[in-house]
Amino acid sequence: MLHGDEGPAVALAMRIVTGLADAMDAPDLLPVTSAHVDSCLYHGRAGLDFAQRLVQLGGQVRVPTTLNVGSLDLLHPELSRADAQVRTHARSLMDAYTTLGARPTWTCAPYQSGHRPGLGEHVAWAESNAIVFANSVLGARTARYGDFLDICAALTGRAPRVGLHCTAARRGTAILDVSDLPATILHAELTYPLLGHLAGRHAGLEVPVFVGLPADTSEDRLKALGSAAASSGGVGMFHAVGITPEAPTLSAALGGADVPARWRVRPEDLADARRELTTAVCDRVDAVSLGTPHFSLPEFRNLAALLAEDAADVTRFAAGVEVYVSTSRAVLAQAEEEGLVAPLRAAGGTVVVDTCTYVTPILRPQTRVVLTNSAKWAYYAPANLGVQVVLANLAECVTSAQQGRVRLS
Amino acid sequence: MTSEPAASATQSRTLHPGQAHGPLLVLEAPLSLWGGMDPTTGRITDEHHPQYGAELAGRVVVLPSGRGSSSSSSVLAEAIRGGTAPAGLLLAEPDPILVLGALAAAELYGLAVPVVQLDPASYTSYTRLHDGVWLTVRAEAWTVHLRG
Repeated sequence: MLHGDEGPAVALAMRIVTGLADAMDAPDLLPVTSAHVDSCLYHGRAGLDFAQRLVQLGGQVRVPTTLNVGSLDLLHPELSRADAQVRTHARSLMDAYTTLGARPTWTCAPYQSGHRPGLGEHVAWAESNAIVFANSVLGARTARYGDFLDICAALTGRAPRVGLHCTAARRGTAILDVSDLPATILHAELTYPLLGHLAGRHAGLEVPVFVGLPADTSEDRLKALGSAAASSGGVGMFHAVGITPEAPTLSAALGGADVPARWRVRPEDLADARRELTTAVCDRVDAVSLGTPHFSLPEFRNLAALLAEDAADVTRFAAGVEVYVSTSRAVLAQAEEEGLVAPLRAAGGTVVVDTCTYVTPILRPQTRVVLTNSAKWAYYAPANLGVQVVLANLAECVTSAQQGRVRLS
Repeated sequence: MTSEPAASATQSRTLHPGQAHGPLLVLEAPLSLWGGMDPTTGRITDEHHPQYGAELAGRVVVLPSGRGSSSSSSVLAEAIRGGTAPAGLLLAEPDPILVLGALAAAELYGLAVPVVQLDPASYTSYTRLHDGVWLTVRAEAWTVHLRG
């Protein structure tokens, strides 16, 4: 492949794959069965130049490949407030990746749209929440890939044998014990993004192991936890004993390694994390942002239940408060079929697909204070968008949007 | 100016080849370029970072590691294209995300920004130097020469 016998696009892709393998001291390359590409989000000319070079060279993916969010909602293009040139480039970038043969899924949660590699399967996934979900919840194996390598792995079907591809790197290295937390806290929605935030802060680049989480912890809560840990730290994998597939027991999660120090998480730690992620100090609210990572079908069901007993009896959101829900077009179609989106639209809310509200200008420029139930959104939005954030659970977000004031229970 | 670190730099490793000459900047904490650096200005925009506002453009940046989003590769490549990137990156830990940004920029634009993994002794030495000291980095496929 490196020498051009499979075409110049594969040769270029292989130079990138082997360049990374050399840098990371990989013993060899391994075959991957799928890829998830994050390079389709527009960050400037360089990313577009790279994708268009691969297109010009005739590149085509050789393993099933899904696409992460782009910078535009292609179904609702009027939502973007980006300037015309950025919109044009962002569109060209998205087009280049579909020309390369990747599926136009446009979601950071491909695992909610049927892309679910199995236990032990080697894949090349990019985007920090998708990576941590694939490794932790699915038990698939991907290193923490980034832009450029994702599409190069898709074009070559190869990735360096490094990091979380290797069993040794998947062993738990830090224990977060939540067994002292009362049941009310363990069953509260916000506990999960807050635990993730703490894990990222505490464990850094390590593999945290959670002990004491309820056995019925939902996939959405694991999604929230993992995405938060991958934002506040470089966490690419976590274990939850009794829940995630490589952690039937604590000793299995640790893989026979020495037991690391155990941090007993207290309610005060969660309160500190919530304070850290809440940057607004007033009760004003301009917008609510839900769906980072992308909203799932069960999350749409929860939201619809909070909005109304029936769609004819919806309380409208207060004047001046915008409510956005980011999701994939596939989940949106399912939610519409179930009648879950009508109450949101009747209340004055907006669904965003193909992209996300924290990576591209969608909120009004005068937006100052935003409520979100996502620790990831709360972590990145202040720098990306120049807004202040209040972290709140889904019910608090809905009540606050209806009343036009921050209302925390 | 001190040349002490150069003597112990031989255990350091090239992650991406290139040459750099510029003033030193030692980052006190890992940095995610995505959400943490504006590629149009070359400044740190992460409010959580202790050196919020510092200029990375043209500096030989010593940092413990990258962090966070995998989109940082694109931000680095874009900064290299636009001339706002660090002149070179000296890391304590190998960082695939930064290496990929350097690899892509080299393929597309022929601009080679050196990325080096310092051995622990060199890393410690460099973090003790004063910001603004001029450094020369020559990172070849197998060897690293650092002069301060």
